[in-house]
Amino acid sequence: MEYLDFELPIKELEDQLDKCMIIGEESDVDVTETCKQIEIKLAEMRKDIYKNLTAWQRVQLSRHPNRPYTLDYIKAICGDTFLELHGDRTVKDDKAMIGGLGKIGDQSYMFIGQQKGYNTKTRQFRNFGMANPEGYRKALRLMKSAEKFGIPVVCFIDTPGAYPGIEAEERGQGEAIARNILEMTRLKVPIIVTIIGEGASGGALGIGVGDRVLMLENTWYSVISPESCSSILWRSWEYKEQAADALKLTAPDMKKLKLIDEIVREPVGGAHRNREKTFEIVKNKITAHYEELEKLSPKELVDSRMDKYVNMGVFNG
Amino acid sequence: MEDMSLWFKRKEKGIQTATEQKKDTPRGLWYKSPTGKIVESEELAKNFYVSPEDDYHVRIGSKEYFEILFDDNKFTELDVKLHSKDPLKFTDTKKYTDRLKAAQKKTGLKDAVRTGYGKSMGKYIVISCMDFSFIGGSMGSVVGEKIVRGIDYAIKKKVPFVMISKSGGARMMEAALSLMQLAKTSAKLAQLAEAELPYISLCTDPTTGGTTASYAMLGDINISEPGALIGFAGPRVVLEATGKELPEGFQTSEFVQEHGFLDFITHRRDLKKKINLYIDLIQNNPIRK
Repeated sequence: MEYLDFELPIKELEDQLDKCMIIGEESDVDVTETCKQIEIKLAEMRKDIYKNLTAWQRVQLSRHPNRPYTLDYIKAICGDTFLELHGDRTVKDDKAMIGGLGKIGDQSYMFIGQQKGYNTKTRQFRNFGMANPEGYRKALRLMKSAEKFGIPVVCFIDTPGAYPGIEAEERGQGEAIARNILEMTRLKVPIIVTIIGEGASGGALGIGVGDRVLMLENTWYSVISPESCSSILWRSWEYKEQAADALKLTAPDMKKLKLIDEIVREPVGGAHRNREKTFEIVKNKITAHYEELEKLSPKELVDSRMDKYVNMGVFNG
Repeated sequence: MEDMSLWFKRKEKGIQTATEQKKDTPRGLWYKSPTGKIVESEELAKNFYVSPEDDYHVRIGSKEYFEILFDDNKFTELDVKLHSKDPLKFTDTKKYTDRLKAAQKKTGLKDAVRTGYGKSMGKYIVISCMDFSFIGGSMGSVVGEKIVRGIDYAIKKKVPFVMISKSGGARMMEAALSLMQLAKTSAKLAQLAEAELPYISLCTDPTTGGTTASYAMLGDINISEPGALIGFAGPRVVLEATGKELPEGFQTSEFVQEHGFLDFITHRRDLKKKINLYIDLIQNNPIRK
C-alpha cells in the first residue's frame, strides 16, 4: 500500500505495531500491552488525520493509486451478471469510458463510468480515464438503450477531464458532452451518479446529470483541477493547495452549495483501505436511492430533475 | 555414425494389416482449419463447430445455429414454403431460375434464410438465420419477406428477435427489388423497437454489403464471433478503389469492435448463454442459469 505524505505518521505507527507483534511471536516477552497501546494511538491518529483533511489532501486521496476504479465497483457489485457492452456505433470503442448491464439483487442497471488503469500499461490503455467524444457517445447510446427498456442508469465518475486531443476536437468533444448533458436532463429512467474519484469539469458532467448525485467522502468535483486553476489564475503550479481550498471542491463544500445530493462516508483512511466495505456501502446507496426513484412516474422524475438543475446558481437581484 | 536409414527398414515384406483393421477415412469426416489443424467432424460438431486446437470458428448454417441455440434442437420453422420468383427474367452466365433450382438442389434449402420459433434456455425466441451456401447468402425478396414475417411473429408473441447474418449482400438477380429489402427490413425493425422488444444481431463470417447496411448493424446489441469478416464493401473492392494497403486485421470482427460497431465478440460455446444473459438483463428478468 502506498502512503501519501500526510499519512506518514500513520505508517510509522503501523511499522511499530508490526515490529511489536513480531517480537511477541519470536520471543517470550509479553508485548500484548505495548501492542494495545500502539493500536489505540494508531486509531486516534487515523481519526485525527482523516477527520481534518485539507481540500488538497482529499484531492490526493481521490487520486490514490490503490483507490478502486469503476470496473472494480461494478464487478464487486454485480458479480458474474455484468455484461460489458462496447462501442459508440460511429468511430471507436473508447477504453476510457466503459459500460454495460448488470444486476443488483433482482434489478438490472445500466452501468457507465470512466475507467483508469492500475499500472503504466493499463493507464495508457485507458488513456488515464480521459474519454474522447466516442466515449461520451458510447455512454449516451447505452443510456438511450436503457431508457428504451426502462432500465435505470448508474454512473461512476472518475476522470481528470475529457481528453484534450486534436482528434477529440475534430470529432467534436464539446458537442458530445453537450449532447449528453441535454439528453440526461430528459432521460425517462432514474439516473444515479456517484463520484468515486476525480470529478473534473465537463468531462465529469458529460455523464454526471442525475436524479441523485452522490460524492464519496474523499473525492473532488469542480470546474477545473486545482493544478490547472493554479497555473491559470496564479500563473504557477505552486498554488494548488490554495486553489483546492478556493475552488470549494470537496464533498461537504459541494453539498453546502446544493450541487450534489449526498456525501457517502468511506471507511477510515479512504476507500482503498477497505475496498469490500466501500463496495458494500456504494451498493446499498444505489439500491436505497433507486427504491425512492422507482416510485416516481417518468414525468415526475424528469420534472424534478429539471427543477433541480434549473435552480442551480447563486446571484443577487 | 549410425545408419539411420535402418530405422525405417521394412523387415517383413508386404502390408501386414488385415483388411478389416484398415480404417477408412471417407471425405468429409475430417475438417482442416485454415491454420492446418485437422479435426474429426464429430468432434468438431461437439465443440460447436469450432476447431479445438486453434479456436477457428468454422462457417456453419441455420441447421447448426438452430441446434446450438434452441433447447434440444426443438423449434417450429416459420414460412417454410416461401421461395423466389424471377420477376426480372434475369440471366447472367446462367438463368436466375436455373441458379435457384441448382441452389435448392445442392443445399436442400428453399432460400438463403430460415426462421425458427422455439425455446432457448427455457424461454421462447424467434431466430432468423441466413445460409451462405444458398447463392452466397444473398438477400432478395424472399429473404426480406421471411425476416419481416419473423419480426412480425416476435411482435405477436412478444418475444425477443435474434437475427443471424451471413451474407454476401443484396442479390443482384433481383436488382433494385433486393436493394429495397434494406428499407423493408429496417422499417419492420423500427416497429419491433416500438414494441420495446430486444433485437440481437449476430454478425457471422461473412456479413457484408446490403446486409451490413441494414439489419445486421441495427441491433440493440450487435455481436459477433472471433475472426468473422464484417464490412460494407469487401476487402478486394476497397483495395481496388483506394489502391492502399489494407491495415492488418481489416474488417475482422475484432477490428469492427475496436471501431465501435460491436457490443461484444463471443466464442460460439458461450453464444447461447450470452444472448440469454443479455435478454434477462435488458428485460429486467431473473437471470436463467
